[in-house]
This record gives sequence, C-alpha cells and structure tokens, in this order.
Amino acid sequence: MALLEIKDLRIEFPSRRGTMVAVDKVSLQVNPGEVLGVVGESGAGKSTIGNAVIGLLEPPGRMAAGEVYLKGERIDNLSDREKRKLRGKRIGMIFQDPLTSLDPLQTIEKQLVETIELHLDVTEAEAKDRAVDLLRQVGIPDPEHRVKQYPHQFSGGMRQRVVIALALCAEPEVIIADEPTTALDVSIQAQILELIKKLCVEKNVGMMIITHDMGVIADVTDRVAVMYRGNLVEEGTTAKILGDPDHPYTQSLISAVPRPDKRLDRFPLVEYIESAGETKKSLDIANHWLGQARDFGDHYTGPLIHVENLYMRFLTKNSIFKKNRSYFDAVKDANFEINSGEIFGLVGESGSGKSTIARMISGLYTPAEGSIYFAGTDLTQITTEKKRDHFRRQMQMIFQDPFSSLNPRMKVMDIIAEPIRFHGLASSRAETESIVRDLLDHVGLGVAAAMKYPHEFSGGQRQRISIARALATRPRFLICDEPTSALDVSIQAQILNLLKDLQAELGLTMLFISHDLPVIRQMCDKVGVMRYGQLLEVAETEQLFENPQHEYSQHLLELMPKLTNVKAA
Amino acid sequence: MISFIVKRLLQSVMVMLTVAFVAFALFNYVGDPISNMVGQDTTFAEREQLREQLGLNDPFLVQFGRFVGNAVQGDFGLSYHHKQPVSNLIAERMPATLELSFISALISLLLGIPLGVYTALNRDSIMTKIIMTGSLIGVSLPTFLIGILMILLFGVVWRVLPTFGRGDVVMLGWWSTGLLTVTGLKSIIMPAFTLALFQMTLIMRLVRAEMLEVLRTDFIKFARARGLPRRSVNYRHALKNTLVPVITITGLQIGSIIAFAIITESVFQWPGMGLLFIQAISDVDIPIMAAYLVMIALFFVVINLIVDILYFLVDPRLRVDRVSGSH
Amino acid sequence: MKQALKRFFDGDLWYSFSHSPVVILSAVITLLIILSAIFAPMIAPHNPFDLASIDIMDSNLPPAWNEFDGDMRFLLGTDDQGRDILSTILYGARISLLVGFASVAFSVVLGVGLGLISGYAGGRTDTFIMRIADVQLSFPAILIALLIDGVARGIFPRDLHDELAVYVLIFAIGISGWVQYARTVRGATMVEKGKEYVQAARVIGIRPGTILFRHILPNVTGPVLVIGTIHLALAIITEATLSFLGVGVPPTTPSLGTLIRIGNDYLFSGEWWISIFPGIALILLVLAVNLLGDWLRDALNPKLR
Repeated sequence: MALLEIKDLRIEFPSRRGTMVAVDKVSLQVNPGEVLGVVGESGAGKSTIGNAVIGLLEPPGRMAAGEVYLKGERIDNLSDREKRKLRGKRIGMIFQDPLTSLDPLQTIEKQLVETIELHLDVTEAEAKDRAVDLLRQVGIPDPEHRVKQYPHQFSGGMRQRVVIALALCAEPEVIIADEPTTALDVSIQAQILELIKKLCVEKNVGMMIITHDMGVIADVTDRVAVMYRGNLVEEGTTAKILGDPDHPYTQSLISAVPRPDKRLDRFPLVEYIESAGETKKSLDIANHWLGQARDFGDHYTGPLIHVENLYMRFLTKNSIFKKNRSYFDAVKDANFEINSGEIFGLVGESGSGKSTIARMISGLYTPAEGSIYFAGTDLTQITTEKKRDHFRRQMQMIFQDPFSSLNPRMKVMDIIAEPIRFHGLASSRAETESIVRDLLDHVGLGVAAAMKYPHEFSGGQRQRISIARALATRPRFLICDEPTSALDVSIQAQILNLLKDLQAELGLTMLFISHDLPVIRQMCDKVGVMRYGQLLEVAETEQLFENPQHEYSQHLLELMPKLTNVKAA
Repeated sequence: MISFIVKRLLQSVMVMLTVAFVAFALFNYVGDPISNMVGQDTTFAEREQLREQLGLNDPFLVQFGRFVGNAVQGDFGLSYHHKQPVSNLIAERMPATLELSFISALISLLLGIPLGVYTALNRDSIMTKIIMTGSLIGVSLPTFLIGILMILLFGVVWRVLPTFGRGDVVMLGWWSTGLLTVTGLKSIIMPAFTLALFQMTLIMRLVRAEMLEVLRTDFIKFARARGLPRRSVNYRHALKNTLVPVITITGLQIGSIIAFAIITESVFQWPGMGLLFIQAISDVDIPIMAAYLVMIALFFVVINLIVDILYFLVDPRLRVDRVSGSH
Repeated sequence: MKQALKRFFDGDLWYSFSHSPVVILSAVITLLIILSAIFAPMIAPHNPFDLASIDIMDSNLPPAWNEFDGDMRFLLGTDDQGRDILSTILYGARISLLVGFASVAFSVVLGVGLGLISGYAGGRTDTFIMRIADVQLSFPAILIALLIDGVARGIFPRDLHDELAVYVLIFAIGISGWVQYARTVRGATMVEKGKEYVQAARVIGIRPGTILFRHILPNVTGPVLVIGTIHLALAIITEATLSFLGVGVPPTTPSLGTLIRIGNDYLFSGEWWISIFPGIALILLVLAVNLLGDWLRDALNPKLR
C-alpha cells in the first residue's frame, strides 16, 4: 500500500475574473523509502499540491475535488484540528527559503523543543537531548553549543539543515520538500540533497520533492511526475523519464536542459511551450539599421576588453576615523582579456564577485584600483560624462531579473526608444519609432508589442524586450549578467538561441555571467572561474570542462548534475 | 551593547544640541529681547547697559555656550509676561502634564495593543469590522472636539464629571499630585480619555498592520506546517515578532502624547505646561517657548533611549554577533 | 487616452471603488463639501462678512426647528454676532480646505523632493537630510506648527500677522508634515534605485536628474497618494486645532476651527449649535477623506487584503 496517495486532485483559485484551476486530475503515490520528484515549470501548479496535502492552501485557494490518503486513511476531509495533528507529526514540510523559515527571535533549541514536546510524549530534558541529536543527524557540527544560538548566527545552508531537523522532529512518515535547494549555492545544494537522500533511506520515510530543476531530479529521485499547466502529463521511473520520455512536453523539456557534456550549436527548440520567437528572418546586415555606423572610429585591433589588476572594495563598517573602517574585497586583482567577437564567461557561486566585475566594466561601480581598457582606452581614467557617453553607446548590459529590469510605468516603445534618443541615433521621431518596431520584430516579439506595458508580457518576452533595448544603441560589446537564471528552462533555451544568433549576425563581443556550468559550456568560448573575489582560472571552454586545472574548478565540475542517463538529443 | 548605548547617547546629545540651537535662535532673533524686558520709557543708554550686562553683545558662540550652560542647570531666564523665572513656572506645572500624559499613555497602550492583536487575528469577524470603523472615526475626530463633546455630555447634560481644572491636589515634596484625591481622580478621567483616544487608535492600527505583516512570513507558515497550535503560532511566534517594530513607534507616540496634551489642557483648562505654552505663544513669551521646546526634546530623547534598550532585550539579532562557525 | 480610460475602468482600483458603497459615499460627501465651499458665495443664504446685512438683534438664535426662537431665515441658527451658522460653515470650510490642500501640496513638494534626493544620492546628503527629519520627528506636527506660528507672531506686527495668518498657517502645517513623505519616498527610492531598470538607464548614460524624474518618480507615487490623502485629513484637523487654540486664522475670516472656538464659550449657557454644527461639518469632511485614504491604501497595496 502506498504511504501517501493523491487521487484526482483539483485545486481552484476563485477570483473576480473567474476561477483559475491550478491543478486538475492529478493522481500521485509516494511509497516508503522512496523519493518522488514532482517537476514542472513556473505556473505548472506543483507547489499547491504540497500545500493542499497538508491542508495549508493559501486562501482563496481551495481543494475542489479529489482525495488524499495517508496509509490508506483518508485525510483531506478531516477537521482543521485533526489535520493540524497530522502536520509535523506524520507529514513533515520543508520550504524553499531557509533564511525566512525560522523565527528570528527564538533560539534553535526553543523552536526544536517546542515542536518535539508537542508531538512526542517526552520530558523537557529528553526533548533537549533529542534536539541536539537531531542537529547532529542533519550534520551540524558542535550541536550542543549551536543549539543555543539564534537563526541569524547560521549560514544559509546550515539554516536549511535546521529546517530539515525541525521537519524530522517527530519522525514523520512523509516529507514534502518544496524547492528545498533552490535558494542555495551549488556546493551547498549538493550537500543538502545528499542529506535528504540519506535520511530518506535511513528512516524509511516517503519523500516528495517539488522542483523545477532537472539536476535535482536526476540526483535524488526514484520516480518522477511531470506537471504542465496544472496537469500531470507523465509519470515514471527517473531513468525512464530522463532517458526515454513518452510525452512530447517531457521530451522537449529535457532537450532544453543545457547539456554539460558536449557543446551544441543551438539548443533544440521547445515547440510545445511558447511559440514566441524563432520566426525571425535572417537580416541583411549591410543594409539594416543595426549594421550601420559599426565603425567606431578607433581601428583598434587588439583585445576589445582588457582588465588589469582590478579591485573592488565595499565598506562594511563605517567610522569617522579612516583606521577603524573595514572593507570587504568583492574583487581582488582580476586580470583578463576579451577578444573581439568572443563570448567570455565568468562562472562562480553567489558572492564570488562575478557580477561586480560586470558592473565595473559597465560603469555602475567605480573600481577601487586597476584599469579597464576598452578598445585601448582606459575607462577608469575618463573624467567627463560626455566622453564616457561615447563608450556607453558601444557597450550595453542585459540583466537577470526580467520583472525589475523594465520600468513598469513606461511603454515598451519608450523603453527601447530611450537609448536611441539619448545617444541621438535617429534623426526624427518617426525614424526612432520605426527602428523600435524593427528591433521588436527582430527579437521575435512582433511590432504590436510597442504600445503595451511590461506587465503584459511573460518573463521570457520581457527578457526579449531587454535585449532589444540593449541593441538599440548598436553596441559592439554586450554584458549578460545571469540573463536566463530567472527563466524556465524552455524559455532559457529560446533566449540563449536568440543571443547566439545576434552574436553571430552582428559580430558582438560578449561577457556572459552565470552560475550554471552547462549554460556556460553551451554559450562561451573562454571561461574564468571565480571564488571569493578572485579569478582562479581562465581557460578555453572545452579545455576547462575536459581538463580543469584549479582545484576549485574541478570541485565545481564534480558537483555539476551529470544527467548521465539522459538520452542524447 | 555598551558601545551601542554610547552611540545612541551621543546621538541624543546631538539632537539636544540642535534643539537648543533652535531655542537659542528663537530667544535671540525673534523680536528684541531687551525691549521685551524693559518698559517704553527706558533710555537708550540704559538699554545698552542691560544689553552689555546680559552679554547680548558677546560673540555668537559665547552666547550659545552660555545658553546651553544655563539650560543644563535648568535656567531659562525670566518670562517676559509673568516676570518670574521660567524654571519655576515649568516646575510648578510639570506634574500636572506628566500625570495626565502617563494615565493617557497607559490607557492607549492597554487598549490599543490588545485591540490591534485581536483585529489582526480575527481579520474577517464582524467585531473587527466594527472596531476598525470605530478606529477610523477615532482618528477623524479632532482631539478638541472630543473634549468639547465630552464636556457637553458629562459636564453640561449629565453633570457627573468636573469640566475644568485638576480638582484638589496633594503636595508630595515639590510634586503636586491629583491622583490621591477623589476630585483629582474625577477630574483626570475626561482629559485622559480625550488625550488617549487618538493615540490608542493609532497604536491599534499600527499593531494590526505589523501583526498582519508577520502572519504572512515564511516562518509562521513553517510553524503551522509543523502542526504548532494556533495559540503558540499567534502569540509565541507572531506577537513577539510584531513587538520589535511596535516598540519603536509606540515610543514615538508616547513622546507625542506629552505635546498633544497642549490641546487637552487648553480644552479642560488643565493647569499644565501645555497651557503655559499656549499662553506663551499668544503673548510671544519667547523664554517659555524655548524652555518648553527643550523640555519636550528631553522627554523624547529619554523615551527613545528606553526604547533602544527594550529593543535590545527583545531582538537577539542586536545582541549577538552575526554568522559564526563553519558553513 | 481612450485606452488609458479603458484600462482604468477595467482595473482593480475602479473595481474596488465601485463595489464599496462606503467609499462611494465618502467620495460624494468630500466632493459635495469641496464644491459647496468653492461656490459658497453663490449658495450661502447670507454673506457673514457683509457687516451691513448682519443685525446684532439676530444673535444667538437657535436652529430653525426650535419651537420657541427658531427663525426660518437661519436654518442652523446664528452666532453671537448674529451671523448665519450655515453660511459661516460654508465660508469656513473654504478656509479649512484651502489651508488643508495648500499645506499638503507644500509638504508633498518639499518631502518628495528631499526624499528623492536623499534616497538616490545616499551618503552624506542622505545622512544630513535624514538627521534633520529625525530631529523634527521628535516633535509632533502640531507643536512645530504652533512654534512657527508663535515665531511669526514675534516677527510680524499684530495687524500684519492677522492678514498673513492663512499663509503662516499653510507654511507651518506644510513644513511640519514633510518628514513622512521624505522618509517614505526615500525608502521607495532606495528600493527602485537598486532595481535593474534604473541600472539599465545608468548603463545607457541617462543623467541622475532624468533618472529621478522619468524613472523613479512615477514608481513611487503610489504611497505618496495614500499618505497625501490621509495627510489632508490631518492637515484639516491641525488647522482646526490651531484655530481652536486661538493661534490660527483670526475670527474676522473664521475657519471651521475658529467657529468651534467661538461657540465653545457659549456651550455652558446652552447655545450648543454655535460650535456643534461646524463640528459636525468638520467631522464629516475629515471622516470622508480618511475613509478615502484608507480605501486607497488597501486598494494600492493588494498584499494587505
């Protein structure tokens, strides 16, 4: 008999604009000692399943149909009181963000003891012992001491371990983990996943992991359920789903995952999902507006970007006295070159300083020391705004978050026209508008998009608007700061293809920043690996992936999800 | 902890100096202090002599330094209107204002916080809707109108409470208290409620807003997902987290009660500092205005310091160092 | 334009407005009071400032429905000088609203401006502006307004002061209210400044002034609108309070607060209508504006629902 069984689940969110069906006709099973992965892109409805099982759907959401059984016993029709008794005791839950999941004003011990005493019949002393024991089980060093501390004294990864300990307090039979590693860095993600897998086997609990990440699925799950727009499209063993999926959606989803093992020219298209884009005709660069004025007046032939002894410091503790101030070195002594027409990648975990370098080159930050040469001119020596504008026109940037990178109060037309007007690249209003429409068409959005506001577009479409805005100054150098890390994998494939095409057509030079090694492998010619502000290794992409030199590069590559059983596309 | 308090103390001194500066500027540059002190028939020479005697011809900084030095000792000079030392006038009237403010603060906290918690926890109940509507009427009623309405009802129509003054007072040393006599207690009821009502509605609305904010956080959701009973989630986790921001703003509000007492004292002819101040404004009695300003700032600074120390006791993030130990 | 209108009527704001009778009623009351204040000279039954038409024999008459002394000419009775209460209320509301709107406008311009600069510039400019704000926050608005009024009395001679009273009030109330805007706008500006659309504008080369006004300002207006509405109610209350305390507008051009002050002296002798009717008008106006502000806050901040 299955441990947890969900039958024909339907979840609705009624609103004044009609009822939104988040999940429909979903049936799932979790068996003891098994990890079931529920995978899908944003809007697939996967998170609401977990909330529905433990009876914590956010209002106005409601379970409109279906049944939930725990060990054969129906639980969805229980009273609130009885449901509460199940939570924590028989069904544990782990949430995405460990930084906000713990009460900041209470010690870890208090939070653990409260939960233990609630569910188990123990004395306070026993509860305290158990609290320490739990911390030890989830791999927190020196648990006797650390149990007395407050959440803010733990790092993100450690906090997620505490969250897991809290979920394990009463030895639940089922654990539902909602994106348990999404907020964590790769190396910590790997440790947490390993811990989850180990606990699952040791304690023989059934586990449901809800995630958007194929790497997580490949690493820990035994079986996978694939969700698409509220429906379950396919279910099977992990090997079967990853290696030989039946449903076209699953097939395209998996083919869109960037491959870590070999470089492809383009990402396979995911026709099933969003038909946007890919209607783009190849353009005659010699006669097109984008192709004009590509002579930047410097006839420079060396590396377009040359970074020398670059440092960036942030003030961490201010003081009136210079001596007492303390600084944090975000970037330490970075040196590299980017040749014309090349895509240079920077890879590293959060806080490694990769974005800081991008921001220094684009002029958002002023370096503490060092030089940035652009086509032979040291940008750090430019003093006037006017002179700087000459270089601003030549380099543009694409940002990470498609939801904050466009001004919500401006029409798409004005957003893209702003750089054209500012740099005086068109002679009349009519010309500006026709250029904007042309650009929108070129990035695959269609001319009608110009008169709309950003909120009318999806994440992927917004990223296309961002790209159009960046192209509007006719740059020769493009900085892409994690351009796809906020996007679903299928949309990511489209955007990366678009960037590749543009790079080839316009002969752009690019700085491409990502934490995602497979994406780096697909996109970049050369890569720099960063950690704690230092550039550890710079190598040709293929060389780095086949034969990494630095210890840390080797470590990162080992952590990379292998997806070994994925069928070759 | 010590360094934090020291830093706050320094900031407080800065605030006090700024206020003292404003008060000093008032004193010296609004009108001519000499012509406010002497009669019409004083000769120019006599005026000049007085000017020299008072040090009004000294350099700016010297004068300011003397002003601060005197103020620290409680000396704000003579009132133009009453021809008495300002410090005596204020000391005489301070107990009345402080008693009134204290009782009002007590009322507004004891009613405001529970009502705020109740309306946040029972978001959709009928009672909440009634309280919220009532609170909106509360913030829409100007204090002086509440006072007038109360006087009309309890003083004129029903004749159950005195409509002005403090009633009988008892002297405890230099402190005159009205809290120990029946007439004194009866007298304070209407002014105290009048003064408390506005603050109470503000505190209630604030507590409610903060509590709703906390109830939406992930750790509350996680606490519920662990099966913790409603009581524990609401009071042990949510309420305690609500207190942090609430303490700050409540501190500010209590500071403003003392100042808002001006209006209440004026309506009920309550013989406190506020009434003195209002009269001083009508009479352009600058020394009293300056002294009152400094007094209010002092109260505010002291309350703020207490708030900071409370903060420390509630929030461990201020007490303990950041991330320690290994990753 | 047509598209913008359509968007507005489709939007959540209009939906929540049109589905709340209380809010519609508040809007109607506010509009009625504003309109009748503007057109007071045309609709008021008497001109209370025309000395020729005032007869001291008509003083202290009760409302028209009083069976003994009620006079149909004076619907809500008369005051101590024989002025028609209804007319003085209409004229008084004019002063109250004028001071209210003008002082809010003053606070908004000052507060939003300083908030934008403080939030965007950061560093010392920010510290300086915020320190001033902190010190000012130590004093309730009413106290600052009182002080400024007191200072103005010291500076201007008596008759000139009465003439300037309204402007002094606007300045006093206005300057006492800027801090809240500055703090809110500063906070919002710091959030917006960190957003990528601002960084994109900086990468293009757009100058800080343009970024502040074209990009950031439109995105921080929501909270300003909410505070502004609630502040309007507060400003009207403050004006009334100051006038009640006798330091606001002089009795020759009475506002609602002045009227209540005048009536207060007659409360004990039973002539309640002189202060109660202006009081009701004041409460109605403030309550309606507050209800609008409350609704606006909820409607513009969907996560609170």
